[in-house]
Amino acid sequence: MSTVSVHKKEKNSSSQSENLLEIKNLKTYYPVKGGFFKRIVGNVKAVDNISFEIKRGETLGLVGESGCGKSTAGRTILRLLKPTEGHILFDGKDITRVSGKSLREIRKDMQMVFQDPYASLNPMQMVGDIIAEPIYNFSRKSKDELKREVMDLLDKVGLPPDAYYKYAHEFSGGQRQRIGIARSLALRPKLIIADEPVSALDVSVQSQVLNLLKDLQKEFDLTFLFIAHDLSVVKHMSDRIGVMYLGNMVEISDKDDLYAEPLHPYTQALISAIPSPDPRIKKERIILKGDVPSPINPPSGCPFHPRCPMAMEECSKSKPVLKEVKPAHRVACHLY
Amino acid sequence: MSTKKSLIKEAPLLEVKNLETAFDIEGTDYNAVDNVSFTVKPRQIVGVVGESGCGKSVMSLSIMKLLPKGIGKIKSGEVIFDGINLEKMTESQINKIRGKDVSMIFQEPMTSLNPVFTIGYQLQEVLFNHMKITKKEARQRAIALLKSVGISRPEKIVDEYPHQLSGGMRQRVMIAIAIACQPKLLIADEPTTALDVTVQAQILELLREIQSVNDMSVILITHDLGVIAEMCDEVIVMYAGRIVERTDVDTLFHNPKHPYTTLLMGAIPKMDETEERLSSIQGIVPSLTNMPKSGCRFAHRCPKAMPECFTITPKLEDVEQGHEVACLLFETSKPKEGVR
Repeated sequence: MSTVSVHKKEKNSSSQSENLLEIKNLKTYYPVKGGFFKRIVGNVKAVDNISFEIKRGETLGLVGESGCGKSTAGRTILRLLKPTEGHILFDGKDITRVSGKSLREIRKDMQMVFQDPYASLNPMQMVGDIIAEPIYNFSRKSKDELKREVMDLLDKVGLPPDAYYKYAHEFSGGQRQRIGIARSLALRPKLIIADEPVSALDVSVQSQVLNLLKDLQKEFDLTFLFIAHDLSVVKHMSDRIGVMYLGNMVEISDKDDLYAEPLHPYTQALISAIPSPDPRIKKERIILKGDVPSPINPPSGCPFHPRCPMAMEECSKSKPVLKEVKPAHRVACHLY
Repeated sequence: MSTKKSLIKEAPLLEVKNLETAFDIEGTDYNAVDNVSFTVKPRQIVGVVGESGCGKSVMSLSIMKLLPKGIGKIKSGEVIFDGINLEKMTESQINKIRGKDVSMIFQEPMTSLNPVFTIGYQLQEVLFNHMKITKKEARQRAIALLKSVGISRPEKIVDEYPHQLSGGMRQRVMIAIAIACQPKLLIADEPTTALDVTVQAQILELLREIQSVNDMSVILITHDLGVIAEMCDEVIVMYAGRIVERTDVDTLFHNPKHPYTTLLMGAIPKMDETEERLSSIQGIVPSLTNMPKSGCRFAHRCPKAMPECFTITPKLEDVEQGHEVACLLFETSKPKEGVR
């Protein structure tokens, strides 16, 4: 496997292109059924035409408020949800429409770490079996081999060997999340989608898990899609960050650039809303009015315009497209 | 404001003295709050911070006497609110104070509102309990209250049910209920934890505004140090049921003393720093049944622990003027007072 520094390698040299994952105009709609015959009366546009790419070995952070479609995007990429439109290119292959056996093969290479460490582990299974299950599923290995591999994984995520024989309820939240991480690593995937992996944890434990994820990324050459609502956590973890609002990608850029000079008014408000852990810093705060509108009936034009402090007439009429304003900094806003 | 206040010594609004709250687990009492003392002055915002399982919420429930009956009880100590000892009061006496002079906002706005009653009904319930007021007046006050917490279309919302509102709106309704009788003390238990950052900013702004308009004192319980830094005058850091550090907000963030506080600060990813690794605290908060029997409760996670930390229980004492720390590292240096 190639290392992180493939940036300058020529594109399309065999199948090893620079991007591990490319998302093109992805849409995921949930049908809304109503009436006597449960006919489809509308769509929840959870993900509405987003495009981005993730380079090998990098971490792309995805932020936004709850209901903005970041989890749906993650799940659609894993093909846990059926995309309505668009293309998902993973490792050079279009996986948007694959199914059956070939989908199973692809799943080996992309794994997920879930948000809730309490709900994502089977309480009736021994931890050893939880972690062994993906390996068992995809390869014929003897019991001893399987056990050795699981022990190795437990060690990698910093759990004691006797965790093998315990059950999930015997562990704390942080330790459970480590089990979830070990399970996602079991098949040595190329891409890990981490959906709010630390939001259920305390700060002190959160930092342990974040450090672990960074260490593992180096050790296993992992590419991360890191979904979270906490902007400081996302900044700590990511190389590039995409900001989502109501199913749309409103801004995507290098992390330093994004935090130093956020361009989209929504990103500006989001960054200014983070309470800073220093009482001496009094920030100028942009306070947004109201809540995120319903994705069943999103506002016309720019989805952010009803809450936007800088909305112009044009904003309610036409939807802005994501365009490059600065090098490697794309934003979807009529201001630019 | 605070400089003026210190000239005239104001009587504290709330005084908690040696509070011990215990939970009965299989016949044995375990102290969830262990010997906690602090004061809240009028118009002060006091923050309480610590990991989950540190006894922050149990402490606030003890103040309100809302502990689950039969399981939790206050073993000893006093809670003196505005000169009255709350712990000695009967249920009906305290009912007159609860919701009127002291009120509380809970973490989850979904579960703390009753789903089968309208917003208006739940607001008016508080008003009828504590005021002589007609139905019509109550409805008008409810609408005014909703308006004061920044809810648009209050005339309509008053007749709606909690499930029709978003999380931020529900929390606004909770705040409206809590401030309905203009309490002197508001206990806010993780009021923004379940909310998004932009909504959190709205709610914190609202709380600050109400606090200054109503001249209220606030106890703000949170695990988010950012919220503490933004909102509070004074901060209490709790660990495993005990206060480990107590000081004003500026000192806490710029000169933290207790190893637990320092580690907690290092564990949050900061926006303006580009450090590769975060500091973390080994292990987790011990559960109630596994609390260390003697010594400092943080000792087994503390990187600076000395042998005596496991045997001697540190006392919460002044290290500097107005800066209390419970750690043996500082108790030895105690005679050197006045060194700044």
